[in-house]
Amino acid sequence: MVKTFIGGIHPPYRKEGLSALPIERMPAPKVVAIPLRQHVGKACLPLVKVGERVLMGQKIGDVEANIAAPVHSSVSGTVLSIEPRPHANGKMVDSIVIENDFLDEWHPSALPKPQLDKLSPEEIVALIREMGIVGMGGGGFPTHAKLKPFPSPPIDTVLLNGAECEPYLTDDHRLMVEAPEKIIYGLRCLMKAAGAGKGHIGVEENKPDAVLALKRVAALYSDITITSVAVKYPQGAELQLIRACLGKEVPPGKLPPHIGVVVNNVHTAEAIAQAFATGMPSIERVITVAGGAVERPGNVLVRVGTTFAQVLEARGLKGEPYKLISGGPMMGMAMYTGEVAVCKCTSGILALTYEETGSREAGPCVRCAKCVDSCPMFLQPTTIAHYAMKGRVDDAEKIGALECRECGPCAYVCPAGIPLVQWIRLAKSDIYARQ
Amino acid sequence: MQLDMRSVIIALAALGGMGLIFGAGLAIAAKKFAVPTDPRYDEVLVALPGANCGGCGYPGCAAYAAAVARGEAGINLCPVGGNDLLVNLAKIMKLEPAAILERQVATPYCDGGAQEAGTRFLYTGILDCVVANAMSGGDKDCQYGCLGYGSCVKMCVFGAISMDENRIPVVNDAKCTACGMCVKGCPKHIFALRPSSMQVHIRCRSHDKGKDVRKKCSVGCIACGLCVRACPVKAITMEDNLAVIDYTLCTNCGLCIEKCPMKTIHGPLSAQSTK
Repeated sequence: MVKTFIGGIHPPYRKEGLSALPIERMPAPKVVAIPLRQHVGKACLPLVKVGERVLMGQKIGDVEANIAAPVHSSVSGTVLSIEPRPHANGKMVDSIVIENDFLDEWHPSALPKPQLDKLSPEEIVALIREMGIVGMGGGGFPTHAKLKPFPSPPIDTVLLNGAECEPYLTDDHRLMVEAPEKIIYGLRCLMKAAGAGKGHIGVEENKPDAVLALKRVAALYSDITITSVAVKYPQGAELQLIRACLGKEVPPGKLPPHIGVVVNNVHTAEAIAQAFATGMPSIERVITVAGGAVERPGNVLVRVGTTFAQVLEARGLKGEPYKLISGGPMMGMAMYTGEVAVCKCTSGILALTYEETGSREAGPCVRCAKCVDSCPMFLQPTTIAHYAMKGRVDDAEKIGALECRECGPCAYVCPAGIPLVQWIRLAKSDIYARQ
Repeated sequence: MQLDMRSVIIALAALGGMGLIFGAGLAIAAKKFAVPTDPRYDEVLVALPGANCGGCGYPGCAAYAAAVARGEAGINLCPVGGNDLLVNLAKIMKLEPAAILERQVATPYCDGGAQEAGTRFLYTGILDCVVANAMSGGDKDCQYGCLGYGSCVKMCVFGAISMDENRIPVVNDAKCTACGMCVKGCPKHIFALRPSSMQVHIRCRSHDKGKDVRKKCSVGCIACGLCVRACPVKAITMEDNLAVIDYTLCTNCGLCIEKCPMKTIHGPLSAQSTK
């Protein structure tokens, strides 16, 4: 029996060919716009002034807050301006615009860190914050804040998410194939920082090469297990992956640390390894550029602050895309402009044609309960959506609207094409507004 | 037959007797265990309009009446009742009627509808302003303008708001009770309350620079300042690229309306809902 969770869907994966394309490095653009908010939590304040010369890896933004992570310059050059720019979260966010001098001069602070066995857990957590590491699967939650959470039982397991269940995206897959030793090193850093005795990596079955590569490296460590999990969306969601790999349930309203588990993305682990080995903070990442409107799809290593338009120009476009998405097609956000910059938590750029989006008109609910069967959180999406339509916020809260992770299978399977996630999101925002 | 008549009488007498005894019991209990209520509470509740709109900030008229009777709430919080109510409540509560306010009405301060203001992308989601606003601030080019999906129509329990064919809300002044639900609910904050006698409105909320406003909307305030200079009583000031009218000074003269090159300012003659 393959390990998995209850519910979920099997959308077309559209990763054929993409997952075999090696990671290519994209040259840094002439101008980068680095958003001061690339994480969940408080936005950073700029540490540099307009006209100042900054070096690669230099900390250019930080803020005094636990739920926040500093941002670093991804190029060396001159600060042109600090202005609001469109951001992948759909809002305008203050960004530091830097003109690249193409010297790639490193900041003196970017030095390799001591060996893992010479560092204490506290030092590792502090370094992870200093290096600006955030959840790179798309969430963008500051990683250091996950490691020392509110009073909770001791962490016994660090679980790495290598499921990559979103259609199109193959960046994590390529990283697992090409840099398994970095991912394992990052996992060991996280295990030591959290004081966890066990390390776990969950990978979907459709990536046998990644499982093999990870297993080869993990064979050296008896405390690290690689698990194949079923190919199903949303297998990579935190709670669903915990259920599949560890067979545990997180109680409603609680977070994984409550049962002694911390979940991170494999890309985050890779960034940690990179930061410890070379001293390079989180200033570049692999993104998948794909979709029917892209001429040369692929997995691209880009500097943070490169705009979507620059990336798409480098990969070529076949006509005007119907929809531009930051992230995957299930949970990603549609963008209205290419001026949005790649940030630490951008996992992909999708330029989709009309046919690929499967847009349709919404009709009335036919009470088929397909959404109920597909919901991995065991909710009743149609009922919550109907409460949202009628403004019955309290009723929506009573049947667990806040448990919704907005993963989208309900809207995907709905034969009536009702935008269930959007309605539930409205209910959630109304509930939060009331609190 | 006789027997039947007797059983009817017995049944009636028994039930009637029981009714009398229980009734008397209840009457005694009602007197003996009565909870003393403030008589003013009932009077206030009767005086209130009973719309239960929440405009006063309390959950319904009964809650507001209780707060007034306890002396916790001011008597001038109900926008629906207007002046008559204020006078009534002052009488009931034996207070001096506070400064009598002029009747207020809500007004949408944006006139950039589908014809005048451009869009940046094709929005295919739920036709609700709050949802559309969560999507990169909505599809309108102008980040300050009305999104036109009519959430305010749904919010107005008095049915005073409707959308015109140009997708701009129109307020029926006669129906508006100034409960303020649209003012709070509009995600773009285009509504505000104004004294009902005031007729000159600068219908724009954009703080963009004039050049950008011109690109985005054909009826937006470009902050040229002509109205500021035209106003004989200095009621208009320029605040962060937007002309703002001070209703305490405005005399409804309408000179600014003629001067405005963008036709942003509306008045009684240009009749805001003629379009």
